[in-house]
This record gives sequence, C-alpha cells and structure tokens, in this order.
Amino acid sequence: MSLELREMQRRFVAAVLGEDEASLALLAQDTAARLAVYRQTIHGGLYNVLAGAYPVTRRLVGDRLFTGLTERFTAAMPPQAPHLSSYGEALADFITRDDVIRHVPYLADVARLEWARHAAYFAADAAPLDLQPFATLPPEDMERTTVKLHPATRLLTSPFPLYQIWNVHQADDAAIPALDLTVGSYVLVSRRGQHVVTREITGADAALVAALDAGKTLGAAADVALAEDPAFDLLAVLTAHFVNQTFRN
Amino acid sequence: MGVPTAAGIGLRTQHMTALAAGDVSAPAWVEIHSENFLCDGGPRLSMLNAVAARMAVSCHGVGLSLGSADGLDREHLARLKLLFARVRPGLISEHLAWSVSEGVYLNDLLPLPMTESALETVCRNVAQAQEFFGRRLLIENPSTYVRFTDADMSEVDFLALLVERTGCGLLLDINNVYVSAANNGFDAGAYLRDFPLAAVGEIHLAGHTVTGDGDTRLLIDTHSAQVCDAVWDLYAEVIARSGAVPTLIEWDHALPTLPVLMNEAAIAQRILDRAGQHIKDRAYVA
Repeated sequence: MSLELREMQRRFVAAVLGEDEASLALLAQDTAARLAVYRQTIHGGLYNVLAGAYPVTRRLVGDRLFTGLTERFTAAMPPQAPHLSSYGEALADFITRDDVIRHVPYLADVARLEWARHAAYFAADAAPLDLQPFATLPPEDMERTTVKLHPATRLLTSPFPLYQIWNVHQADDAAIPALDLTVGSYVLVSRRGQHVVTREITGADAALVAALDAGKTLGAAADVALAEDPAFDLLAVLTAHFVNQTFRN
Repeated sequence: MGVPTAAGIGLRTQHMTALAAGDVSAPAWVEIHSENFLCDGGPRLSMLNAVAARMAVSCHGVGLSLGSADGLDREHLARLKLLFARVRPGLISEHLAWSVSEGVYLNDLLPLPMTESALETVCRNVAQAQEFFGRRLLIENPSTYVRFTDADMSEVDFLALLVERTGCGLLLDINNVYVSAANNGFDAGAYLRDFPLAAVGEIHLAGHTVTGDGDTRLLIDTHSAQVCDAVWDLYAEVIARSGAVPTLIEWDHALPTLPVLMNEAAIAQRILDRAGQHIKDRAYVA
C-alpha cells in the first residue's frame, strides 16, 4: 500500500499521541514495541518540560497524579511550536477543567504563578528603569510621569495565600505550616539581573502596579493605591520596585 | 567563529555557567540545540552570548521538520535566523526526519519512508531553508526504529541524492548508523563504505542503550552513556578514509561532569590527530 507522505504523517501522529495503531499497517518489520520508542521519547520529553516549569504544582499533587495530568494535557493540547520553553502555558486553565484534579482549590493559581516565573526567565531583555533621573525630578513632573513594566514583570491576584503556598513548598521534605486558605494574596514576579524574583505585595501596591501598567501617571496610580490603603507609603514601595527591577526604561 | 577540525562537546545548560565564565578548560568548540535558545531574552541567552564570545559554536536543530509534507514553519525559520545572527555559528545542521504534521509538533525525530516522493519533499524543504538562511545546511542521518514497506532506495542513496540536488552537506552520526543497523538488520560497515564522505562536514558520536534481547532486542539512541567500542572502531575507519572532520561528543541524559565529557572528546581528538599525521605523511610521499 502506498500512502501519500502527508497522510502517513497524519496517521503517525495519531498513533503516537493516542492508541490508534492504524499506522502500524504501514510499517514493515515492526511491532507496537517499535512505535513505543517514539511514544516514550515524546511523552518523557514533554513530562520533563512540564515538570521543569511546574515543580511546586508537581510537589503539591505528588508525582503519580502529576504524571497523569501531563499525559491528559499533552494528549489534549500537544505542542504547536518546536521551542518547548513556550509549551505549557495552558496548564493552569486545563487544571480548572480536569475532572481528576480540579478539586484541589489553589492548584491552578500555583500553576499560574509558576508559569509567570517561567515566562519571566525567558522574557525579552530590557534596561531597568534608572533611579537617578527619576529621583531628581521635581515633584510635579514626577506626578505626571508614566512608567512601563519590564517584559519579565507579572502581577498575580489570588483568593488564596498563593505566595505562602508556593513558598513553603520549595523542597520535597519541607515542613508545611498550617495556612489560612481564606486569605487572598498579590504576588509580583520580576527579573532582577539574571534572577527571577517572587514576592508578596500589598493590595495597594498591586493596585499601583496595575494602574501603571494600564498607562496611568504615577500621580494617578498613587491615588488609586491610596484609595485602597490610606497609609500607603509610595516611597517605600517604589524603592522595592527599583531594587527588583519591576519597570523598564 | 569557524568550527575547527577538532573534537567538541554538546553544550548543555548544566555546564553553561562554568563555560561562560571560563572557569574550566574550554573545549575546541561546542554545539547547541538551536530550539533551546529560541526565547526572547533572559539568562540563558546571555550565557550563550558569553560562551560564543569564547569559542566556536555550531547550531544543531531538532525541530525544523525538513521531512514535513506540509512544508516549513516560517515563524520557526525566522526565529532560527535570528539565533544565527546572534551566535554566528560556524556550522548549522538539522536532521533527515520530520516532527510536524497539521500544526502539531512532536518532540522527536520521526522516520521518513525512503521514497522518491519523500525525497522531493525533503529537497524542497532543504532548498527553502538554505535560501532563507543564506548558507549551507548539514543534514544528519537519523537513528530509526521502524522501516516502511514503501522504499525506493537506501538511506545512503537518499542522502547522496539530497546532496546532489540541494548542495547541502551531511552530518554523519556514527552511533545512529550503528543503532539503526542493529534495529533494522543492515550492516553498519557497508553503510559507511557507501556513504558520500566527501559531503560530510561534521561527525556525531554518542552512547546508546540496549533494551530487550533476542527478537525484542532494540538499541535506543539515548545519548546517555560513553561511546561504545564498536562505534569508536567505525569512527576510526571513517576518519582514516575521510581525513579529519569536526567531531562532536553528544551526551544529553544522565549528563556527566565536564571532565568526563572532555575525556571522551580527547579520545576522538587522538583519532583525528592520527588522521592528520597520516595525511601529512601522504602529502610528504606525494
């Protein structure tokens, strides 16, 4: 039987991703064991990619459940581009729809945080905002100024104590303190030099960052933060943003 | 920077910091998997820039899918071209394989039937890629686990015709020849005797894993071990015939320390040095 190359490739993909063995009819001396070599490379490779991007998600559910999750995810949403550092962004949304695992309440948010960190690591380079010219602006000019977020910066909002959940699961054998799961949190991811920084920020600080990201002036963004928290300390918050390179030039 | 006619090693992220900082004795050259560096920025790219400033780099692709009936992904071509502009690799290479069908990318080098129609597809794709990059590609013989009932020619003939029709060069992976020969029942020595060595611009050496036995015995190209003795012997025979060729030690899984990799490269270098001597002797006699 002579099959057109395009049709052969379509069937081969179906056979490797699922259990459709129709393409085996194409092969000469081969058994399912031969096709299994390709399956193993592909599934093993994608597992490694996802386990690398989502170490805490994996730790939270255990390796057995995580392996099952990656198998369902890769079958439903196989990669579409060969640079696999971009593969896996949709895992958090997939978790919210996955019958086996969607009942772990904060898992999707942890996955979102881990993707933010992964994306921050590979994000475009840009010079961080210089403190010097900024600090010497007259107050009225400073109020009117706008700033841009660095391409690596990501703001996350969660109804769970997301930062704490992520932070206490940094090692396999970490002692896990009791956490109040009713407390929400704001987490800011940025890249300081060559390092990805993950830190919890206040609701007022998050409102400031979101307002600046939306193009508001520093004066207007500070007003939004002050409405959130009358005791908001703009100078202290901005200092932390400069140190952690939240903004770009 | 041009890749020297010497032994190099595959650059893996675990060793990048040391090599970028120059903390260790540097190999003659390194090879990267292009797809690992197609990100927009960040630490990995800046380390690669530091490595490329110190030594020659070769860019070895695993995702261009030159055997795809659907043709090449233009966005991927553009990302690769940007990487080449950044790294200025001495050599660029890809595989005789495919990995994309109908927009799905499978992270493996999948086998092609050795047919006239597959050859036409690969020739068209290789020609397009070479024109887009403005330079010659080296195409690697893959390790294969299945063989298609449809076959108009041998893999060696396929590659020879590909060279003839597109002007591409070849990357000869001797471990792949050994693995495929064991899995598909042909003679590795005969394959190499027929191989168009004049077109070979680079050689790969790697270790493999043996699974099963008897009818179920299968060699898997895992890049997770030292080069086996039989592959060293085949390599020495090839080098004796072709003269010295840039040679790469590939090791991806169960990655050892840099000194272990450098030691593997030193074995290849001794074989290359003998060939250099042999050719010098011949030149003297002539």
